[in-house]
Amino acid sequence: VCFIPGGLDCSISFVSHVLGKVCIHGRQKEILSVLVPRLTDLTKSDCIWQRICWRLVECVPDRWMEAVVLGFVQRAPGADVLSRLLGNLVVKNKKAQFVVTQKVLLLQYCHTTAVLQNLLGYLYLDSLRRALLIKVLQELLETWGSSSAVKHSPPEQQQYISKAILICLSHLKEPEIESCRQDLLTSMMEGVKCHLDSNLPQIRRLGMIVAESISSKINTDGPVLKFQYEEDDEARELKSLLVQTPPFCVVPSLPDDERNEKAGAALPLVLESNKKSHTAAPVMPDEELDAELDSDDDLIPYDMSEDKELKSKAPVYIRDCIEVLTGSEDVDKWEATVKALESLVRKNPAATREVSVELAKILLHLEEKTCIEGFMELRQRAQVAVLTTDPIPVAKYLTSQFYSLNYSLRQRVDILDVLVLAAQELSYPKSHGKTKNSGAQKPCIQLLPGSDSSKDWRRIVDERIKSKTRRFASGQSQVELASGPNEFNSVAGNFFFPLIQHFDRPLTTFDLLGEDHFVLGRLVHTLAILMYLAVNTVAVTAMGKALLEFVWALRFHTDSYVRQGLLSCISSVLLGVPTERLLEDMTEELLETQSWIGDVVEKDPDGDCRRLALQNLLLMENLKKKLKTVPS
Amino acid sequence: MALPPPDPQFVLRGTSAVVHTLCFSCGSQEPDVPILFSGSENGFIHVWNLRTHRVDTALDGHGRKSVYCVETMGGKDRLLSQGRDQRICLWDLAEGRTAVTDSVFTENVGFCRCSLLKVAQGRWLMAMAAKALEEVQVLELPSKTSVCTLKPEVGAKLGMPMCLKLWQLNCGSQPVLLAGYEDGSVVLWNLSMGKALSQLVCHQEPVMSLDFDSEKAKGISGSSEKVLSIWSLNELQNLQVYKTHELVNAGISDITIRPDKKILATAGWDHRIRIFGWKKMKPLAVLDYHTATVHCVAFSDHKNPSERLLAAGSKDHRISIWSIYTQT
Repeated sequence: VCFIPGGLDCSISFVSHVLGKVCIHGRQKEILSVLVPRLTDLTKSDCIWQRICWRLVECVPDRWMEAVVLGFVQRAPGADVLSRLLGNLVVKNKKAQFVVTQKVLLLQYCHTTAVLQNLLGYLYLDSLRRALLIKVLQELLETWGSSSAVKHSPPEQQQYISKAILICLSHLKEPEIESCRQDLLTSMMEGVKCHLDSNLPQIRRLGMIVAESISSKINTDGPVLKFQYEEDDEARELKSLLVQTPPFCVVPSLPDDERNEKAGAALPLVLESNKKSHTAAPVMPDEELDAELDSDDDLIPYDMSEDKELKSKAPVYIRDCIEVLTGSEDVDKWEATVKALESLVRKNPAATREVSVELAKILLHLEEKTCIEGFMELRQRAQVAVLTTDPIPVAKYLTSQFYSLNYSLRQRVDILDVLVLAAQELSYPKSHGKTKNSGAQKPCIQLLPGSDSSKDWRRIVDERIKSKTRRFASGQSQVELASGPNEFNSVAGNFFFPLIQHFDRPLTTFDLLGEDHFVLGRLVHTLAILMYLAVNTVAVTAMGKALLEFVWALRFHTDSYVRQGLLSCISSVLLGVPTERLLEDMTEELLETQSWIGDVVEKDPDGDCRRLALQNLLLMENLKKKLKTVPS
Repeated sequence: MALPPPDPQFVLRGTSAVVHTLCFSCGSQEPDVPILFSGSENGFIHVWNLRTHRVDTALDGHGRKSVYCVETMGGKDRLLSQGRDQRICLWDLAEGRTAVTDSVFTENVGFCRCSLLKVAQGRWLMAMAAKALEEVQVLELPSKTSVCTLKPEVGAKLGMPMCLKLWQLNCGSQPVLLAGYEDGSVVLWNLSMGKALSQLVCHQEPVMSLDFDSEKAKGISGSSEKVLSIWSLNELQNLQVYKTHELVNAGISDITIRPDKKILATAGWDHRIRIFGWKKMKPLAVLDYHTATVHCVAFSDHKNPSERLLAAGSKDHRISIWSIYTQT
């Protein structure tokens, strides 16, 4: 497209029409890939070209404005370029304003960070548009802070909005912030509350990062809000958005190969310096060696490997351990006892059985007296050891305590974790030796099939189904693992049913269905795992039935972590309960559940929920297929 | 493949009290038996016959107060012992006698073992902690005349003297004293002038024991912390730290260098005896037999190198005798 420069007062509206029509038909990429760079160069210093460009976009009819503006925003290499190309379009044209301030930011979330940078930078660069930027920020914060948005919108959208907020904040300077300081503060407080209330760690972290950034902007002197969270790539990326690099350095004016050369030159220098340090190092040991040779070699040392640090001895009897843990003032002994307890419990099962409930009580209430490394893990392993040694009374005690007054959330979650780990240990054949501690934090998520990437679930489900089919001709199979009786069989019910019993009865300090939905989420996941581990036990059918009813009661819960747990429960039921029992005893429940799952697949806002629901539907399909293949 | 450490050659039981000090006397000819003297907390000095491994005599001279130092004075017939009854006793043990011939009233209630040095035939110098807190007194024996009193300067804050070692380079030269103090420093004293020649802070904790090799002008000190400090004496009579050696467990009660200056032994609070090569401080062995703190170690003075022994006395009432590195 080549324009004739010079004085001619030409009408560009025809060109605008063409541009608009092309864009609306989806050919934005082709035409703008030629147009935008050309215009960028032309408008760099030439005011006339700038005005021509502005006229060009202003004359695009409203019905095609969105496509054109979006195209420009996506293609422009920087905010300043966009500013040159579009001018004050957003102020003059209502449609453009709507697209830029509302649609792109609040209604869509598919655009990249670069697009956001362009757009918001563009809004900032002119004083007329700056007011729009502030308005945009306020609307973004409103959305960010609304609890229903936090609960119901997908995490990707929440991340997008957070990024937009951070970029806006990065642009605003003191005077602008002064004007809206109060609003920023109020929105931040509300927003932080909703975000921290969520069960998904990603959402919590987003909330923390944004709140920190807002706080640092409004309190430039004085104490600033600081959270503790895991720093990973995502967090670092978000934080980097807060700092605006000036546009000059961003655009690399050197052609690419020149840059590569420089990088290449830097590398050999580094290698050389490394080599030098290597040659320096060997010189030293040689000298030392020489000096050592003429020592008193005729004296041959004895084996001194047994020479270790002297430690204070831990008690050797379980009852002594109990005494030390409950009363003793001697911190060395207490420490030694905590470290030695698990192995003592496992070595003396008979002695442990006599005092199991007391020991469980002590461990549940055990607080860290001195700073021992890995205290939480030591305590948990001791608890698991006690529970596996004497499952029935201890399980009874723990499940009753789960629903009792005056326990902290940490203790209740502890109970759940211990039950899961013990169940895992009991249900594995003894020849496996020590059960792997698959990360004490989240045993739930790792055990269930298909909780990792969505590509793997199909394979895992197939494997699971394959493993259930009996093989008659095994041929050159691998060595048979020694089998033992499934110890979980006799106690599965004791673990499971008490936990599921009282979930709807609120206590003064503990309300599963209300505020403590975090614990509810963990409880649901725990039940899913217990169900899964109960495969091949006698109680599995009754457990399956109870679990399906439990799921049915909670299926509309607002917390996505809870819903994920419920869907995992269904997976466990489908995998754990033998097919015949499923089809005979639980047909109605299954059909109802299937219709609910179908709903979830289509309408649930959370991606993980939808994935798990899809997996469940597939499992059910496989069940049906199995029915058809097996002659009745 | 390193060999496991050896077991004790034999163990002497029978003191029925904590053993605080040991001294061998094995240098005499046949038909005299090799002897080991041990001082215990119950005030007895046991004379052990190393052939029969039994107690020949028990000497009771300190009023049942703990004996924390025994030294022979030229053979097994004359013995010096120091006890918590604030007395130093001289014994005559010839021909089966067990008499205290003389005693010195030190008026010192501490634990500092005295140090003996033979300066001439029948004449001895003995350094001991004196009545005043930081002072060391040197007496001549058997006349019991005071040679000098070594007082640190005012404000030095050395604390109690914890261990002493008198030595002289060869028979004619001036005797000097090395003293380890409560504040962790070792001081070299000139006896004729009564002045300190050099002071070196070797430890953060009190110096529990020290020993010195006058040929190499190198010494070693142990403390209640984990570090052994090896220091040397240069020509200007100045003490300098030569190296340090870190131990596995803290606390050393006694250090002694074997007379042939090849190895040294330390007695530890962690119930273990450690053997090091003296030349390079190379760890040679860890002897783990006792079940309580080892209070003292001593090397024997056998004329025949292959018969040499190491003895260790411990809080568990036993004395272990070891035969180790006797070939060199």
